[in-house]
Amino acid sequence: MNLNTVREIKRPRSADEIRQWRDGDAWLGGGTWLFSEPQIATDTLIDLETLGWQAIASGSGGIEIGATCKIAELYAFRPPDEWKSGALIGECCRAFLSSFKIWNEATVGGNIVMSLPAGPMISLTVALEGTYTLLPREAPPREVRAADFVTGNHANVLERGELLRSIHLPATALAKSFAFRRSELTHLGRSSVLLVGTRNKPAGGLTLTVTAATVKPVQLTFDASPTAAQLRAAIDAAIPESLYLDDVHGSPSHRRHLTYHYAEQIRQELDS
Amino acid sequence: VNLEVNGKRFAATPAPGDCLRVFLRELGWYGVKKGCDGGDCGACTVWVDEKPVHSCLYPVFRAEGKRVTTIEGLAKDGQLHPMQRAFLDAQGFQCGYCTAGMIMTGASLTDEQKQDLPRALKGNLCRCTGYGSIRDAFAGIHNVAPDAAGESRGASVPSPFAEAIVTGQARYTSDIPMPEGLLHLKVLRSPHAHAKILSIDRSEAMAVPGVVAVFTWEDVPRRRYSTAIHEDNRVDPDDTYLLDNVARFVGQRIAAVVAETEGAAEEGCRRLEVEYELLPAVFDPEEAMVPGAPILHDVGGDSHILHPDRNVFLELHGEVGSVADGFAQADAIYEGTYDAPRQQHVHLETMQSIAWRSEDGRLHIRTSVQGPFIVKGKLCYLFGIMPADLHVFTERVGGGFGGKQDMMSEDLPLLATIKTGRPVKWEFTREEQFIGATTRHPMKTHVKLGAKKDGTLTAMQFRIVSNTGAYGNHGGETLANGMSGPWAIYKCPNKKGDGYAVYTNLHCGGGFRGYGTGQPTFAVESALDELAALLEIDPIEIRRKNVVGAGDEMLSVLQDPSDLTMGSYGLDQCIDAVEKALASGRGLPKPPGEDWLAGSGIGLSMLDCVPPTEQRSGSEVALLPDGGYHFTVGSVEIGNGLVTAQQQVVAQIMGCATARVSLLNADTDKTPYDSGTFASVGMMVPTKAVENAAVALRDKILAFAAETTNLPPAKCRLEEAAVLCGKRRVPLTELYSLAKEKREMLSCFRKAYGSPRTVAFMAYGVRLAVHRVTGEIRILFNVEAVDTGVVMNPNQVRGQVIGGVVQGLGWALQEKMVYNADGAVINPTLRNYRIPAFADAPVTEVFFADTYDKIGPLGAKSIAENTINPVAPAIGNALKAATGIRFTALPFSEDRIFSKLQELQTAGG
Repeated sequence: MNLNTVREIKRPRSADEIRQWRDGDAWLGGGTWLFSEPQIATDTLIDLETLGWQAIASGSGGIEIGATCKIAELYAFRPPDEWKSGALIGECCRAFLSSFKIWNEATVGGNIVMSLPAGPMISLTVALEGTYTLLPREAPPREVRAADFVTGNHANVLERGELLRSIHLPATALAKSFAFRRSELTHLGRSSVLLVGTRNKPAGGLTLTVTAATVKPVQLTFDASPTAAQLRAAIDAAIPESLYLDDVHGSPSHRRHLTYHYAEQIRQELDS
Repeated sequence: VNLEVNGKRFAATPAPGDCLRVFLRELGWYGVKKGCDGGDCGACTVWVDEKPVHSCLYPVFRAEGKRVTTIEGLAKDGQLHPMQRAFLDAQGFQCGYCTAGMIMTGASLTDEQKQDLPRALKGNLCRCTGYGSIRDAFAGIHNVAPDAAGESRGASVPSPFAEAIVTGQARYTSDIPMPEGLLHLKVLRSPHAHAKILSIDRSEAMAVPGVVAVFTWEDVPRRRYSTAIHEDNRVDPDDTYLLDNVARFVGQRIAAVVAETEGAAEEGCRRLEVEYELLPAVFDPEEAMVPGAPILHDVGGDSHILHPDRNVFLELHGEVGSVADGFAQADAIYEGTYDAPRQQHVHLETMQSIAWRSEDGRLHIRTSVQGPFIVKGKLCYLFGIMPADLHVFTERVGGGFGGKQDMMSEDLPLLATIKTGRPVKWEFTREEQFIGATTRHPMKTHVKLGAKKDGTLTAMQFRIVSNTGAYGNHGGETLANGMSGPWAIYKCPNKKGDGYAVYTNLHCGGGFRGYGTGQPTFAVESALDELAALLEIDPIEIRRKNVVGAGDEMLSVLQDPSDLTMGSYGLDQCIDAVEKALASGRGLPKPPGEDWLAGSGIGLSMLDCVPPTEQRSGSEVALLPDGGYHFTVGSVEIGNGLVTAQQQVVAQIMGCATARVSLLNADTDKTPYDSGTFASVGMMVPTKAVENAAVALRDKILAFAAETTNLPPAKCRLEEAAVLCGKRRVPLTELYSLAKEKREMLSCFRKAYGSPRTVAFMAYGVRLAVHRVTGEIRILFNVEAVDTGVVMNPNQVRGQVIGGVVQGLGWALQEKMVYNADGAVINPTLRNYRIPAFADAPVTEVFFADTYDKIGPLGAKSIAENTINPVAPAIGNALKAATGIRFTALPFSEDRIFSKLQELQTAGG
């Protein structure tokens, strides 16, 4: 929709050109969220497209994704076969409520900084033990673990004007086997739960990432494969009732129920 | 911004925050539609450098130097794109509003994507078709029959607007160059569920550059009315003011701001300072009826509100026979309470109107309403306008489903035009459709049924409480409707019903496909299965035993003198067809594993084909100089295919191809009066008028030809382009000229009246699987058998049926309007209120009963509304059959049903 309060578009060549952050400024990634709702507090859009960040690159250390990488570009990326969890990229892209048309514009970084519980790029990067590089306005770049980035429904650690620059997915995580479970109330709809398990087979421990079900991602790590009871107890300990999301896309009790259900399926799948 | 659109270069300076969608429309590319303006529906899909995008989300400044293709640019060298051709051949649309986006998406798909349409089309919503004909388009299925002279009855001839729809040329309400000097209107809506307005300070708003005027309750005629569109305005309460000094729901319009741009009007609304005195609010209708509850309407008896002191707009009570005796005779009695919630129509075109004053001083409104004539009458009353000075019309309307059976978008633009002298446009946002328009009435139905051992019903009793919201529009008629058909379909001699339409501080109910019958149908069709279970009788058998037969009296608890008759009867065929289809084993197999439980269920529905109150229409059919025909009729084309059917009726009677028949509809200046296109009257009243006029013109032409050739009329026969008089063929062009010379008018005007009324029947069957752990439901097979008399256009009727079924599945399984504790809707967007997408829509089989109606035109009768009613209870019955659990509250989304399924497992399941 038209954003009728917007008075100015800035198209910087470098993020450093934007030093003073003012109320009313907003970084513009793909625009697929910004333009989907009135933004009456925004009067200036700062276009990230002109920064010309590289979309995606991979090397022996893992995958480097620029925050402005379009979902379509990520989806088209084919990681080397030895990275068993590489297929998780496709799974998480397909977990979007939105269609491939939106993927032509929406960005990986945009989905992450929106920090909605069902953001599948959050699921992907947390499950693959990613690290984000952030660009504060008036300080050197800093890094945060993907698992620590989202702090609540539509809330994260970004400071005022701070920008997500890139996402690093380490080869160590990509090399693990994975199991993926997702549920939604309508077919191909918004995730009500999205669980990913990863494991260094045969002897490694289990890493279980719970997203969509909870207001922020929850990651459980087990040095050795847990028993069903241990897994359930760990979920109980890590996720209090209040952490399960209550919205129109699922009730907290159902999300909790499915979290147990799919976590156990993941445990069994990665054990086999 | 410099860009290329469909091969042409354009340069313009849009506002910095503008999106590509609006920009393209301002350039005149009206094929780019607004369905949601938020990226959810896909109606605005265009290609930017060959990539499909939702243009409402695309910042226009980024289109600099890019190549944009819209639906208008898809055909090359006059040749339709294969995807356009496919949609044409399949008639893959109804209202056609989503079609441009569907085609632009479809035409961009790779072969691999086409293998997975549920995924490829998840970004394109259609509310009319249920995706049946869209699936056909992708499968390359031809659904159109040849347009043979005199053989159009029963033939799937294409819509006269088909080519325009697939090329983006069909004109919906806003698809015209805007009048010079247009102002935009926006409204400030109440943030409070119940509040008195103490003051409105408009100075800040007026100071916004571009704001021209602000209107509040102090600026409007203080006349009470109802927004509901009915011929007889006394069936609705006069409880509404154009703008009021009391807000009765969150979302009620408080003030209107008109400005040079939408942005300025929005800013003006934000700058209005309104001082409210908060009043206590009540949201539950049972609580609202209790003494001491906050009172919504403190008005006098002339308002038609029955008990303003108890928030009861209307209560209805009736008994036939004696239910006390009936229950005493019963061997089994079942009682239960069923909760049928709201549903939003989600017609893809939001409500919108453009008003202007022409040089001769007359006022004009181009709008998206289902009843332009009644709107005209209301506006004349409210503003004191002479009828001759006001013109209201529609062109193509992008879906209705009853949502446009209220005057909601016409009044404020007209007010603003009268006050400012300038053209004014108001277009609802999708959010406004959710918070400020109508919905299906939430109804709670308590039902009690008694039967003998053999299943014969001895008593039916019910109590319906309908939440009509803050205003009573449609509250009474939907209640009366709900107390009739769902119960009268069974011939039990003892029936008793009590119904209440109750005011609460939520937004109002309105007309919604089914018009009050879907909610009690959910109750009675569920209860009947429960009763059958008590008696250990098959659910189909208990229905066969009790349904009305051909010619049986349809016994309603509302014992008004009735003109309801059975013009035809096909319910038996419908039940047989559904039973057979369910038994056939067609459809998907149950998913493997013991966690999946499968079951089947059915539901029935009977529809009164016309409302009991006044309903009338007229049509004029004329011979044209070129030997073709032209008809005018006041009914509205909302995607129901009405104009196609009307064209077929004329062609059938005149013995020509439909291509020779042109038309104009829904215009208070240019077409005869019509009460409105709702209540499934399309075939029964306006099309009947078309039939009457066509028959009269045929006879007149034959008489004139006979006179001209000195033959008896019986020797004359109408053919495709001529009258065969004995052995001489007189071309119609010649007859036209002759008639003109003799000052004979070869045109006829005839009226039709919605009485007597006939009934239509429907049976729906479904087999589904439910996962006992997750609660997921999968439709394995579903079939709807319809008795709609002669099927005028099988493809169109099939589309109506599948569309109704899928809308019913949406209500049954997923659609849910959620309110917070303050009475505000928390999910007023299409991403949070999920109507069925392609992926949610199963393949639906359709069966037509073989009947001929004595009342309807050429033997046809109504279809539209009935299709939705039996779906929800059939799903509930199938769930019961699968799990043994009766679910009594819609929707049956997995997060709402799973906990009971767990109890089942704990109990040893």
